[in-house]
Amino acid sequence: MHDDKTASPYEPALKHHFDDLGQQHEAAMLGMWLFLGTELLFFGGLFTAYMLYRVWYPETFGAASRTLDITLGAVNTMVLITSSLTMALAVHAAATDERRKLMAFLAATMVLGAVFLGIKGIEYHHKFVEHHIPGFGFQFEGPAPERANLFFSLYFAMTGLHALHMIIGLGIMTVMLIMAWRGRFSARWHTPIEISGLYWHFVDIVWIFLFPLLYLVDRHR
Amino acid sequence: MDTLAFPRTHYLNAEYGLKSWLLTTDHKRIGLLFLGAISLFFILGGIFAGLIRLELLTPPGDLVSDDTYNKLFTMHGIVMVFMFLIPSIPAVMGNFFVPIMIGARDLAFPRLNLLSWYIFMTGGLFTLYAIVTGGVDTGWTFYTPFSTLSSHSNVMTAAIGIFIIGFSSILTGLNFIVTIHTMRAPGMTWFRMPLFLWAMYATSLINVLATPVLAITIFAVALERALHMGIFDPAYGGDPVLFQHLFWFYSHPAVYIMILPAMGVVSEVIAAFSRKSIFGYKFVAFSSLAIAVFGFLVWGHHMFVAGMSVYGAMIFSVLSFLVAVPSAVKVFNWTATLYKGSISYQTPMLYALGFIGLFTIGGLTGLFLASLGVDVHVTDTYFVVAHFHYIMVGGAIMGYLGGLHYWWPKMTGRMYPDMWGRVAAVVTFLGFNLTFFPQFVLGYMGMPRRYHAYPPEFQALNVLSTAGASIMGIGYLIPAIYLLWSLKYGAIAGNNPWGAKGLEWEIPSPPPTFNFDKTPVVTEPAYAYETREK
Amino acid sequence: MAGKVDALYFFLVAVSAFFVIVIAAFVIYFGIRYRRRAHGEVGMKVVPSLALEIAWTIIPLGLGLVMFAWGAQIYFNQTRPPAETLDIYVVGKQWMWKFQHLDGRREINELHVPVGRAVRLTGTSEDVIHSFFVPAFRLKADVIPGRYTTLWFNATKAGRYHLFCAEYCGTKHSGMVGTVVVMEPNEYQAWLAGGGGEGSLASQGQKLFQDLACITCHRADGQGRGPALEGVFGSRVSLNSGQVVVADEAYLRESILSPSAKIAAGFQPLMPTFQGLVSEEQLLALIEYVKSLKGLAPSQPAADTPGGPAPGRTTPARGPQSPSERQRQNPKK
Repeated sequence: MHDDKTASPYEPALKHHFDDLGQQHEAAMLGMWLFLGTELLFFGGLFTAYMLYRVWYPETFGAASRTLDITLGAVNTMVLITSSLTMALAVHAAATDERRKLMAFLAATMVLGAVFLGIKGIEYHHKFVEHHIPGFGFQFEGPAPERANLFFSLYFAMTGLHALHMIIGLGIMTVMLIMAWRGRFSARWHTPIEISGLYWHFVDIVWIFLFPLLYLVDRHR
Repeated sequence: MDTLAFPRTHYLNAEYGLKSWLLTTDHKRIGLLFLGAISLFFILGGIFAGLIRLELLTPPGDLVSDDTYNKLFTMHGIVMVFMFLIPSIPAVMGNFFVPIMIGARDLAFPRLNLLSWYIFMTGGLFTLYAIVTGGVDTGWTFYTPFSTLSSHSNVMTAAIGIFIIGFSSILTGLNFIVTIHTMRAPGMTWFRMPLFLWAMYATSLINVLATPVLAITIFAVALERALHMGIFDPAYGGDPVLFQHLFWFYSHPAVYIMILPAMGVVSEVIAAFSRKSIFGYKFVAFSSLAIAVFGFLVWGHHMFVAGMSVYGAMIFSVLSFLVAVPSAVKVFNWTATLYKGSISYQTPMLYALGFIGLFTIGGLTGLFLASLGVDVHVTDTYFVVAHFHYIMVGGAIMGYLGGLHYWWPKMTGRMYPDMWGRVAAVVTFLGFNLTFFPQFVLGYMGMPRRYHAYPPEFQALNVLSTAGASIMGIGYLIPAIYLLWSLKYGAIAGNNPWGAKGLEWEIPSPPPTFNFDKTPVVTEPAYAYETREK
Repeated sequence: MAGKVDALYFFLVAVSAFFVIVIAAFVIYFGIRYRRRAHGEVGMKVVPSLALEIAWTIIPLGLGLVMFAWGAQIYFNQTRPPAETLDIYVVGKQWMWKFQHLDGRREINELHVPVGRAVRLTGTSEDVIHSFFVPAFRLKADVIPGRYTTLWFNATKAGRYHLFCAEYCGTKHSGMVGTVVVMEPNEYQAWLAGGGGEGSLASQGQKLFQDLACITCHRADGQGRGPALEGVFGSRVSLNSGQVVVADEAYLRESILSPSAKIAAGFQPLMPTFQGLVSEEQLLALIEYVKSLKGLAPSQPAADTPGGPAPGRTTPARGPQSPSERQRQNPKK
């Protein structure tokens, strides 16, 4: 076995197969961007299906969309945008080596994420009470009601997949918080915070598209 | 000449024990883990194929029942496509050689790489579970509404298995792209990279961008079965043809996931055994990227008879002709590479030349299917079956075997008996043509695919096909024997048994765990055979 | 049509054979001429040629475009039926083909058509996707649940031809086969006359229209709670939403199965859905009945809508058409 650590000084965070931290950082960032590209296309299939049926069945989809709670949706949008801000501040705190701030902003991001999921849960509960969940005594009054099933299926698939990403995000943030608490990050090396930030912003952006598509698409009537 | 001594320590004996394999992050060992897994799946898929061919020996359905037959071709397709062909060259030879060929010590994310194998095995076991508990009968294409409303087989388990396997391809692709971008050795510029790396790069792009669409689509099929979402169900206003669009948006590029790596291997092998640089290096490199990009735009040509609008069909048709051009450019450049070369006919070269012949036929018959007027007649017949087997077996598997024979000495440090290798390559080539060429004729005569029983006038050609399949089976069996034999008894290979260029041939066979003693510095383009001093 | 497809096919075979032979010849020639003669020998330097690269990019591209144009032209004709056609409905079902002639005659797995006459099939499926494939006609079209697809052909030679299902549809997929029987016109007329006494498809539809009580709302005098259907087929219908749609087969089908989806202007969404209450064949009978309702509908007929009826569209009846007319409708395929 050849232990080839090249000439650079000993770095605890440097993996054996990279030459230096710069290369390692570049690799991690590129990897995350590619992963987000994958994620984009993962959501893309559902977005395609939604847009297609929305164009085909504007009446039904409009009527179904109007049953969603726009206030809760808007509040959730604000919550999520704010969490993106705290996440960005967390990355900044990591870059300036302020451990306490970093932990505070990470915690704030997590709280906001949890609030989002809580509100989403309330909305889901409303839908359950209104019998708008496909497969669970689904009922809908409006034009071509059998097609409303399609709208709500896609609504739950898209927001559910998004919520799953939020939950995973909360898990990642927990790990980051623990790592920050243990003082693993420095101004020189805080790649995990950066790539977690990228992930969080991505999940945020998906919601920025979901909200108008699902809630606002037919409100002008 | 290199001294032909077996290196004292190398990646295979650096550590011992099952744990050292199951928890390894060494890209070379992970490559071998994949090799073991996909070899088993290949045997399984081959058995299914053999049973299909036996059933088709006679016109009535007499060997197996119709349900069994439907499950056989479905599982043959699922196992061969998702569990053998898609991982084949990238997961085995890509894992093993991408880092070495760019002068790196490992892939960018070694643990992710191991995770990729575990994900693959988990998905594979799910699918195997679906097979042993009764099988699936939807065809590997899972067309709705049959798969969602009508089939009573284990669609759900198989769909989840394929969903999981997808993440393995995504992670492998992601790893390769990052590695190629960030970890090239000093002097290894993009245009000094061996063409195999360009091919792996293009393949990985498709893996990362197309696989998630398949994942969500196949997941929607599972959800539809469980919850009746209605996305593909006309009773709820859903459109069953939407499934086909989403499915082929992945699965057409998936054809290029299978063939591009083989093209990369062929570029390496032809250069090495002609001792000449590849003619039109940049054209071959960029044609890989062109195929990857155009490959995303042609999915609709699978649906020309599925009620598509005339103008939609025309756009997909013309784009399909365009995607054929970069493939043609590659074939011409390989042929021109032979010109003024110093050609030797060892086993890998025979596979590579076989690849050129079979891929040319496969590619040209693709034009028949891109052409609207002819496609209406031959789609969903044996013509299509023959066409894609020429690409996927004649192309991808010939490339896979060529690569395996080319790099086997590097991977194991041992030579196999070249004479037997050449015999196997020729037997495979002949058997393959006998199996699949008659199917072009059958298809044009109108024999539909996925038929358990068929009218008697098609029998003669089916008998030829089955006869060819048995010859091809022997062609695959021979390498399995002598390659295993070579592990213990093969001659010591030495660093560079072929006299080939490339960083992988400058390190011992088998390589040490971290590949290079010190980071290599690259000073010349790939395939600089003509200028070398010796 | 078969001749045209074959011509293109053999052109493609010739081009393919040419390239395979040329490439094989070069590979073999180079392979022998430049075989390795000495152990340490290496290849000679060859100057790359941009002209060559461009040539072998442009030539395949040009050939490809020729093939595209040729194939597209055939396809275009395959999808455009002539104005005058003999209409037959087809319903695919696991695992049989059901045919419905306009005069009321039904068949399963056997389709009788006259020679030398353009036949238009409108098809759908009761369950999963099937594909109607007659190799002798070089024709194939999927039948898809929930929508209507059409194909047309003009058989030029009497005989019996294979009919296959080409889209995998489950257990007895390979048993979903039948025969297209192409008959001389007089034999065909004799065959038609031998049908049962169920009356024409439109009259069967009329009976359903009464049995299902459609008639109580869709009254011919326009005083019902639903719109009068006289002359509605092929016309432009204004909807409550302000849209205007053409009342084709797909619209009629949707209006029966999802009545509240597209409400005609001035009407209330009162009609119940008939989803699950009428079979695909009954739907076709109802549609054929609505098609047969001529009359003074308020809206404008849309004459040139593809798939819609052309002016002067006749409902082929039992009586033979004049030979000259048949001749005229007979584009040489």
